[in-house]
Amino acid sequence: MNAVLSVRNLTKSFGGNRAVDDVSFDLARGELLALIGPNGAGKSTCFNMMTGHLKPDGGTVSLNGSPITGLKPRRIWRLGVGRTFQITATYASMTVVENVQMALISHHRRVFALRPYAHRLYRDEALGFLDLVGMAAQADRHCAVLAYGDLKRLELAIALCHAPGLLLMDEPTAGMAPGERTALMQLIADIVAQRQLSVLFTEHDMDTVFAHAHRVMVLNRGRLIANGTVAEIRADRQVQDVYLGGGTLFSALEPPSDA
Amino acid sequence: MGLFIAQLLTGLANAGALFMVASGLSLIFGVTRIVNFAHGSFYMLGAYVGYTLMQVLPGAFGFWGAILLTGIIVGLVGVIVEIVVLRPVYRAPELFQLVATFGVILVIQDLALMIWGPQDLLGPRAPGLKGVVRILGEPVPKYDLALIGITPFVALALWWLIARTRVGILVRAATQDREMVGALGVNQSWLFTGVFFLGCALAGLGGAVQLPKGGADLLMDFNILASIFVVVVIGGMGSLPGAYLAAVLVSVLNVFGVTYLPQSTLVLMFVVMALVLMIRPYGLLGREEVAGDPGQSGEPERPIKPAGARVRLIVAAGIALLALVPLIAPPFATVLVTDILIFCLFAASLHFLLGLGGLVSFGHAAFFGGGAYTAALLVAHADSPMELALLLAPLGAGLLALIIGWICLRLTGVYFAMLTLAFAQLLWSLVYQWGDVTGGDDGLVDIWPPDWASSSTVFFYLALVLCVGGILALRHAAHAPFGYALRAARDSKRQAEATGIDTRAVQWGAFALAGAMAGLAGGLFVFAKGSVFPNELEITRSFDALIVVFLGGVKTLSGGVVGGAVFESVKDVLTRFEYWRLALGLTIIAVVILAPEGIVGSLRRLGERLGLLRAPEDGS
Ligand SMILES: Nc1ncnc2c1ncn2[C@@H]1O[C@H](COP(=O)(O)OP(=O)(O)OP(=O)(O)O)[C@@H](O)[C@H]1O
Ligand SMILES: [Mg+2]
Repeated sequence: MNAVLSVRNLTKSFGGNRAVDDVSFDLARGELLALIGPNGAGKSTCFNMMTGHLKPDGGTVSLNGSPITGLKPRRIWRLGVGRTFQITATYASMTVVENVQMALISHHRRVFALRPYAHRLYRDEALGFLDLVGMAAQADRHCAVLAYGDLKRLELAIALCHAPGLLLMDEPTAGMAPGERTALMQLIADIVAQRQLSVLFTEHDMDTVFAHAHRVMVLNRGRLIANGTVAEIRADRQVQDVYLGGGTLFSALEPPSDA
Repeated sequence: MGLFIAQLLTGLANAGALFMVASGLSLIFGVTRIVNFAHGSFYMLGAYVGYTLMQVLPGAFGFWGAILLTGIIVGLVGVIVEIVVLRPVYRAPELFQLVATFGVILVIQDLALMIWGPQDLLGPRAPGLKGVVRILGEPVPKYDLALIGITPFVALALWWLIARTRVGILVRAATQDREMVGALGVNQSWLFTGVFFLGCALAGLGGAVQLPKGGADLLMDFNILASIFVVVVIGGMGSLPGAYLAAVLVSVLNVFGVTYLPQSTLVLMFVVMALVLMIRPYGLLGREEVAGDPGQSGEPERPIKPAGARVRLIVAAGIALLALVPLIAPPFATVLVTDILIFCLFAASLHFLLGLGGLVSFGHAAFFGGGAYTAALLVAHADSPMELALLLAPLGAGLLALIIGWICLRLTGVYFAMLTLAFAQLLWSLVYQWGDVTGGDDGLVDIWPPDWASSSTVFFYLALVLCVGGILALRHAAHAPFGYALRAARDSKRQAEATGIDTRAVQWGAFALAGAMAGLAGGLFVFAKGSVFPNELEITRSFDALIVVFLGGVKTLSGGVVGGAVFESVKDVLTRFEYWRLALGLTIIAVVILAPEGIVGSLRRLGERLGLLRAPEDGS
């Protein structure tokens, strides 16, 4: 099997708390894979280990067959892994389009350039990405005044700049209205289809997950308890226990902090 | 052997006062996260107040009573400062707190001058402890032995207070998790005030207790500042045992240094600090700390745009007007404007780091002085021409910045700030003590421009071209991808690193560029004055630049230049008044609290309100 991403026995503890416990899975090319689980299940921690933001206690992560465990986030990005954060991270002092231009400047390896005006570099390319995520109309607004859902969209545009083969999205639709969620997930599904991208995402809204994901994995207290198609997950007794037995999955509104 | 022991004892005795002052600083930082730059001033105040009380209260009982009373009085002064000056800025970025406490330094300096006058006061001997004891044939002052005995008790009392009392438990909880204390229903602001009282009282005690070994003078505040920073940094911020350990280490080192390496006592202290930090970046007993994103005060910074045609025209007209100065103004004005230009370049270089990079460097004087000494040494020892010296000054300073930056950028926030300050002090002590090469305190003199540039008019034009050129270059860099990457690293290091930007490399480059520009300013300064002295490397030099950038407006592109121009022009008038420090200090404190956006920011706001400038969207 030619997996884009292979995770094997990933483990991480914070003090005595096993946040991620022996997690293994594969992600195939062109697949849209959802990672779900209640608050504190370890989803973001998984993401952070895959993108180099956290060092795993044990286990490996490979991208297209080569190990990337322990590399710095910027190296992993260069290898073609884009990500968005649960708590958005954008450049508050810049305009929306400049945020994307910054990523493109890095993509074209011109971070240390001293001569050109940055606000003119790759502007059209950046506008293209903003158009893709439906943010073109707000291109010249000050990033600091955007609504939360728009920040999420902006992050997606930034993550697409390096033409990634793999996209990791931590709650991409948080802060959006139901209609917006569907539209954004549809957009992501289209991008996956067009560009043969692989996507791993977390999501608290079950309707969104079941409507768009090709496959779903369920994490509970750091352990993967189920991994299968939407129909299989729906029918899974263990998963039902987690959710119906007082799990917070459906009621989760505001996520706690992220890396 | 006798000498060795005697020296060890002297070192231990000296550690007493140092520990008291440093533990106060450490305590305040641990709980409030404020680096109290005015801590040296409370120490000085302790010495003066203690002196006065000892004149009034008789006998041994009076002596020790005076020391205790001094602690309480200085602690109460600290409470006033905390309530009036610091409460409004607890949530603000470090820079605001630094500037506010710097205002306090100035105010206390002038108040001390008003009350106790300019002459140094010799401390009284401690009653009953006037003589010496012979230990293995070497004389050891009795008072030293008393201090050695007392200090552990002070340390133990502090430890007991922190470890065994309810207040102490709260303080410890606050040191570890400030939000939690609020959640426990404890009034956080009174806890902060209480800790400030204790910290300042300790500084006051330190000042009073050292009286019999020294005295009181108006330079004490800055003189002890560097030492207590070193102690706190070596020991670990917020750690009392660390402070004690480091105080002993530094004091003993000092005493032995005086005997065995008299040329390098000061340098030694900073070398030890640098070594400790390279191995343990958070000090001997400090805990690792992840600095959060630098606090933003008020509205977020606006996007920047290169100047439009109209602004360019205005700037060009301004420069043309400047170029007319030597033709129409009297000669002294030409010299004054030359100084202002040089200072503006210096301020602009710091603003580049501080404003765009969010890198609060407390030791920018290292590069100004570094450039100045590079040029001066080249002329003095290699007879090199001015042209070459001016070329090498920014290179030398830039190289220095590369080295210092490499070490300092491993840390963030206040740790970064303290380390930059310490390196500037290291350089200062190097220059100060290496008299054979640098001239030491006498400086390097008789360094004038060659004949073609010797008239103040020609030199003015030289400075105009280089300073305006440097400022414009920095400004262009701000609009280039490099400047954007620097802002990106400041706004969100997480996103920057996640999109392939090596943020530390970018910051390192910015450090070098800013250092080089400060070095150019320093080089010009030498030829403008014809000499250079170690005070170009002093803490006050670094602080001047910080204050200027702050007054100008950190969050505005032209804040550095405008602040520099205003400050340097006003200074000339201001310093003619006797109590100018008091006025300046109060002004600074007022600006911090009332107009934190600085001159440019406030003017911009005014312009928007009057409809002259376009207001930002969404009324933010
Ligand atoms: N830096 C950290 N230090 C200590 N504990 C942490 C840290 N990060 C996460 N944890 C803990 O690890 C567990 C997993 O957290 P994680 O953020 O990965 O959950 P999550 O599945 O993303 O939850 P959510 O849906 O709320 O985002 C939680 O118990 C959390 O408290
Ligand atoms: Mg999460």
